[in-house]
Amino acid sequence: MDLMHILYGVSFILFGPLIGGIIVGLDRKLTARMQGRVGPPVLQPFYDIGKLFQKERIAVIYSENFWVIAYLIFIVATGMIFFAGGDLLLVIFALTLAHVFLIIGAFSSSSPYAHVGAQRELIQLMAIEPMVILTAVGMYQVTGSFFVIDILAYGGLLIFVLPGVFVGFLYVLTFKLRKSPFDLATSHHAHQELVKGLTTEFAGPTLGIYELAHLYETVMLLGFVYLFFGANPLTGIIAVILVYIIEIFVDNATTRITWQPALISAWIVTIVLGGLNLIGLYLL
Amino acid sequence: MSYLKKSPWILHYDASSCNGCDIEVLACLTPLYDVERFGIINTGNPKHADIFVITGGINEQSSVVVKNIYDQIPSPKVVVAVGICAATGGVFRECYNIKGGVNTTIPVDVYVPGCAARPESIIDGIVAALSILEEKRKAMKKGETPL
Amino acid sequence: MINNDECTIWYQRCFVEFLLLFLIFFPLVLACILLGIRGEKLRDIIVTTGALVIGTGTLYLLIATLGSHATYYLTNTQTVHYILFLLEIGITLFILYLCRKYHQRLVALLVCIQMAILIIFGMGSLTSGHATTEGANLFFDEFSIIMALIIGIIGSLICIYSLGYMRSYHLHHPEISDRRPFFFFLLFLFLSAMFGLVFSNNLVWLFFFWEITTVCSFLLIGYAKTKDAIKNGFLALLLNLLGGITFAGALVYITYTAPSPEYLNLSTLTTAGPDLALLALVPAGLISFAGLTKSAQMPFSSWLIGAMVAPTPVSALLHSSTMVKAGVYVIVRFAPVLEGQFIGMLIALVGGITFFLASCIAITQNNAKKLLAYSTIANLGLVVACAGVGSHEAVWAAILLIIFHAVAKSLLFLCTGTVEHQIGSRDIEEMNGLFVTMPKVATMMLIGMAGMFLAPFGMLISKWATLRAFVDASPPLGILLVLFLALGSGVTVFFWTKWMGKLIGYHEEKKNDEESVNRSEWAVLYIITGLVALVAFTFPLISGTILEPYLISAHNATTESLDKLLFYDDLIIILLMLSLIVVMPLSLYFFRHAWKESYRKVPRYVCGREALSPHSFTGSIGVQKEMGLSNYYLEDIFGELRMLRIGDLCTIALIVLIFAALIGMVV
Ligand code: SF4
Repeated sequence: MDLMHILYGVSFILFGPLIGGIIVGLDRKLTARMQGRVGPPVLQPFYDIGKLFQKERIAVIYSENFWVIAYLIFIVATGMIFFAGGDLLLVIFALTLAHVFLIIGAFSSSSPYAHVGAQRELIQLMAIEPMVILTAVGMYQVTGSFFVIDILAYGGLLIFVLPGVFVGFLYVLTFKLRKSPFDLATSHHAHQELVKGLTTEFAGPTLGIYELAHLYETVMLLGFVYLFFGANPLTGIIAVILVYIIEIFVDNATTRITWQPALISAWIVTIVLGGLNLIGLYLL
Repeated sequence: MSYLKKSPWILHYDASSCNGCDIEVLACLTPLYDVERFGIINTGNPKHADIFVITGGINEQSSVVVKNIYDQIPSPKVVVAVGICAATGGVFRECYNIKGGVNTTIPVDVYVPGCAARPESIIDGIVAALSILEEKRKAMKKGETPL
Repeated sequence: MINNDECTIWYQRCFVEFLLLFLIFFPLVLACILLGIRGEKLRDIIVTTGALVIGTGTLYLLIATLGSHATYYLTNTQTVHYILFLLEIGITLFILYLCRKYHQRLVALLVCIQMAILIIFGMGSLTSGHATTEGANLFFDEFSIIMALIIGIIGSLICIYSLGYMRSYHLHHPEISDRRPFFFFLLFLFLSAMFGLVFSNNLVWLFFFWEITTVCSFLLIGYAKTKDAIKNGFLALLLNLLGGITFAGALVYITYTAPSPEYLNLSTLTTAGPDLALLALVPAGLISFAGLTKSAQMPFSSWLIGAMVAPTPVSALLHSSTMVKAGVYVIVRFAPVLEGQFIGMLIALVGGITFFLASCIAITQNNAKKLLAYSTIANLGLVVACAGVGSHEAVWAAILLIIFHAVAKSLLFLCTGTVEHQIGSRDIEEMNGLFVTMPKVATMMLIGMAGMFLAPFGMLISKWATLRAFVDASPPLGILLVLFLALGSGVTVFFWTKWMGKLIGYHEEKKNDEESVNRSEWAVLYIITGLVALVAFTFPLISGTILEPYLISAHNATTESLDKLLFYDDLIIILLMLSLIVVMPLSLYFFRHAWKESYRKVPRYVCGREALSPHSFTGSIGVQKEMGLSNYYLEDIFGELRMLRIGDLCTIALIVLIFAALIGMVV
């Protein structure tokens, strides 16, 4: 890692939420248009987070706040490692760590709704993790390195050699972005939520921190998508935009499903698409 | 700079409405009225809410729930009573179980009249609530007790 | 000057030799002394000092041998062979006696078969002139030292812990007859056998110690002498005897085919040249099979699960520092032979399947000890998978896994034991809010769990290396292993985190309940917690000073390839993350008061109902309704029986393949 990349990493602290906020804002706008509504202003996510920080601090238990802060810190750290060109496996494992903090935060209040949300978030983690690991493994098989720098430096478009892995990754990306049909733990839409799932007991600034972390995470996950098209920045950015539009479309066109089909289908996709793609790489 | 006015999240509670007003509240979320253009979201969770929208009068059973929910909303917060029932008890006023309007249990900031209240007036009421919300925030910032 | 130097080297050599023998015999002597001691006070003193001496001894061994390479001792020990052989017959007769007493025909049959094979071996070595075994019988290298440290430190700490635990165990279970002298005899005998096992270079010796650990664990599991205990004890014996038989078979094979008796030595066998590869591969396969039974891989996993009827320190001992570690130890020893071989790949697959399925089963367990047992089986599966792959990165990961697992798992078992005595249950659901009632123990458990699966801690580092090793392993089976690992690690996160959540879950009305835990238990828990943190922070050091030299000498690894094991950048990040995790809870302590002032406490949301305690809420008309939070166990997907059936089927098929391959090779 040279200084340049470390700078990229550090700049993520600032640009992460900026870009993430605009993406989420556009998302809400586009969602509204798909439903025939006008929708909120593009800057709405910033207003929301700003407001949350202006609210009174309430908590069921003080340590709740601590776990959520830990979640934010580790999400930011993960993103920094990613954008500084670090090791993908480290990124994946640190991301898991961050989510474990979030889940423990939800558990700590022992509120029934947060509890159910936490269990579901765990199921989601279990559904996602294998495919994300396979994604990293696939990139390693092609480029010979787990480091983001080296993966980007690889000449060709990874999508051509890793189509199965890419589709599999898109599948679990829906979980990660908390989009329907896989928004089991907590959703942005009140209409399909059991109170507010995982985040039920987070209020005011604590919720603000959670939302902020979600912005960081969104940007980093889209960074993963970019890696598949990284050979050319233009194709990369177009691909990321297209992928996100597809996610929004799926979000609006489906309803939430129960955890059983979510988990099982994610694993089947992982084994079939991911596994076959990786084995195929050897045969080629 | 205040973000509160731009992102008021509401919590809708049916104290003992005939469901007429509830339908109208939900109508505000439909594409025709689309309150999300003001950043308004229906949260369904007091801990995330800023505006407490209540329909129907308060009865003996719901009064403790209304009180609890009100306590669980982080300040600054405002209460909007939607419909005549929420204002005074309305046609149910004389029922054996009805205590009266919302103000019998918690302080109300905005009353939206109508039976049922029209979506336009509900939106008007909420917009009116926003400036009260803003005042409360300023008061809270100054260290006065938030209410 | 030169003379002087040589003299010191010779002197040091003698000293280390003495130390090795001391570590084997000292616990044995202690064991015999303890057998005759009935007074509690005296026993406390002897066990504590003995354990300290053993611990210091292993540490001293580490310091004395730092930087030196594999060294061999005791070349001419014909009489010892005969003694071992006689003892072996004695053990057999003892087991046969027990079998008669408890009507265990199958076990008796297996013992007889094993004896027959041993007699064939004995005759073979007499007739072929191999009786005069030349060669080094005792040895140490970096890997032995690591194992010795685990046995000497974790093992003896568990012995100390047992003192207090067994006292309250007998208070809690008055129906079980108090045979503590025998219990401590077995514990120390176990340690002695384990030391012998890791220091033996001669396979005959190794086999002898191997058998002793089997018998010890059998007796320890049956300690309570209840029907359940006896049944499970014999189950353990039965399955381990299967391994014993193939181990003995390996000895016979070597005697009848090897060109010289030298090949009964581990060091010669594992470094046999390519022309003798077959000679090494068949015993490697047979002994690895024995390793599979001992490390409770599927389809033999049932004995370790059954073993939890034993008192908790026994479980801690079996799971962390002895028994199952002996199983993986031999497989890792044979890793250079297995590397790149079809048999190695099959063994790796058995490990991989076990890792994934045992983790799945762990999801459905609410019995803390059973969950820990399945997680042990899973982790050992990972070690076996690494050893089967056999490349030096895989072995690096395997040894690190052994270390991290030993410390974290012993901590978790001991904590569970303490909690069990305090709250009277080992059900995870009952541990709700343990963070309030037993804050110190709960914190230790959290640290242990974090050590088992969370990012910057140990396990993860090895998982990471494992992943890399699997990708590079022979395709496409390597990809299968990657799949198992990926799926399994997702599952692992699930069952650990939900347990963590239970501990953290918030209970205001309970009060502190850990005053009555006795001092020796505390001391041990603190030390092991410290060890978990220590290995998490110093693993680069462990890797650099011990593992890498081992890989260079035993696996012919090159320094460049070793450099790839740990990237400098990653290392820095990991250490930063670790420090962050240490600092953050401290900050919690710091901000606690500030938060208390600035936060308004509100009750949890139960649809506006009053919920003053987490167990109930006020329903309509003021009725108090019961409320409980339970974790998900996903029984209908990951049911224990279902997973076991799948696992047993797959692994039995693989094992049949292993034997088919072995027979094919021999013929
Ligand atoms: S005001 Fe009218 S519509 Fe609304 S709740 Fe009362 S009776 Fe129903």
